[in-house]
Amino acid sequence: MPLFSFEQDPGASFGELLKRVGLSPFGEAGPTTEMLVPHATTCVALRCADGVVMAGDRRATSGNLISHREMEKVVQADQFSGVAIAGAAGPAMEMVKLFQLQIEHYEKVEGQSLSLEGKANQLSMFVRSNLPAAMQGFMVVPIFAGYDTLLQHGRLWNYDATGGRYEEHDFVATGSGMLHAGTVLRMGWKRDLTVDEGVELTARALWEASDADSATGGPDALRGIYPVIASITSNGFTRVSDAQLKITYEAIAKGVGQR
Amino acid sequence: MSMPFYVAPEQMMKDRADYARKGIARGRALVAMQYNDGIALIAENPSNTLRKISEIYDRIAFAGVGKYNEFDQLRVAGVRAADLKGYQFSRLDVDARGLANQYAQILGQTFTHEMKPLEVEILVAEVGLSPDRDQLFHIMYDGTVIDEHQFTVLGGDMETIRDRMAERFIPGSSLQDAVKFAHQALSIGDTPISSSELEVAVLSRNSSRRCFTRLSESSITQYLI
Repeated sequence: MPLFSFEQDPGASFGELLKRVGLSPFGEAGPTTEMLVPHATTCVALRCADGVVMAGDRRATSGNLISHREMEKVVQADQFSGVAIAGAAGPAMEMVKLFQLQIEHYEKVEGQSLSLEGKANQLSMFVRSNLPAAMQGFMVVPIFAGYDTLLQHGRLWNYDATGGRYEEHDFVATGSGMLHAGTVLRMGWKRDLTVDEGVELTARALWEASDADSATGGPDALRGIYPVIASITSNGFTRVSDAQLKITYEAIAKGVGQR
Repeated sequence: MSMPFYVAPEQMMKDRADYARKGIARGRALVAMQYNDGIALIAENPSNTLRKISEIYDRIAFAGVGKYNEFDQLRVAGVRAADLKGYQFSRLDVDARGLANQYAQILGQTFTHEMKPLEVEILVAEVGLSPDRDQLFHIMYDGTVIDEHQFTVLGGDMETIRDRMAERFIPGSSLQDAVKFAHQALSIGDTPISSSELEVAVLSRNSSRRCFTRLSESSITQYLI
């Protein structure tokens, strides 16, 4: 059982605890093998009247090959927040796992949850500690979004590879399809969207990104694989069902067919 | 040159045990019991912020009586051990038995080798997928581990409360009945304990992942009606 002296005590930080016991996954980057790493790619988030909507495609690629069709790049961080990740799949998944653990660990050690701002800041430190690996091509760029229970509205954060943290007010897109998805959001976003309108808009943004970017996966009706779309409101994190997304994407496809 | 007095080991251990027991008996009691959908932990605790019962892992809770700073340090060590094990292996590999053994090591080591034993008694409870897999490990100040069944009592006037519970315990009661029952068993004074002085948490069997929930003061009040 890990017991520490007063000076050595890692407090509520799970990352520091891992360093103390010699299990930290960060800071030891291997040789450069940029093109061999599967890159997980387009994720978007937007703010709506009741909170936020997050969405991410399911494709992971290795160079020009599809390495995985069912990646989940939008994951629940805790009851009122979620993370979406773009970048090298291995470090990204590890970062999300650590981030989820950090939030839970803090809550258990301290007896209360971190504020939403605190969680966003914590994620920024994780991204920054991945910088040596990012320099070698293993870049991880997340989006963090959630419902702020203190301020009672949704909030979004965008990051860069150095851990820079930028709060966005309307919408944000990341990954190789970010330009196309971002343009759709820019055209369709308006103040006080409902959650359903937000889901429709993010679904459309991912459609256009997958249409133009080979590293972004579109809806796969044949296999029944649809993007992960979730809303976070005062009721917590809710993932939109595949059945509902099937209907949404059939409508989008019909609209595109009539262009 | 001064000559140290010889103290028989038996005497030394007895003195330490008496010291620890006195410290623990001064505090207020805590009970844990099975109910029809999990394990309920109920403590007499006038503080609303310094907790005696807390979450360790998905299906595991911790409860301590005695000196607050001592059992809180053990609680944090337990959260760390559990989170590290879950991170290194799998969440399914974290179990109450392993934690109880590690706690027993620490308490036993301190009892025999340090100047002062820890004045705490702790409980590691794990809710199983079925009632027969529930585990209640009661760990004493000297590192003795007791594998309890159905219910257990820690601290305060332990013997009286345990007798009161043993007389009337009914397995498979509802949560409300369990809270009422524990409240009656804990209220050994002239007046019953008020709901604001009760700390109640449950490990509910069929929760998705994190089974630990703390009951709010208003719901405790409702249960006691």
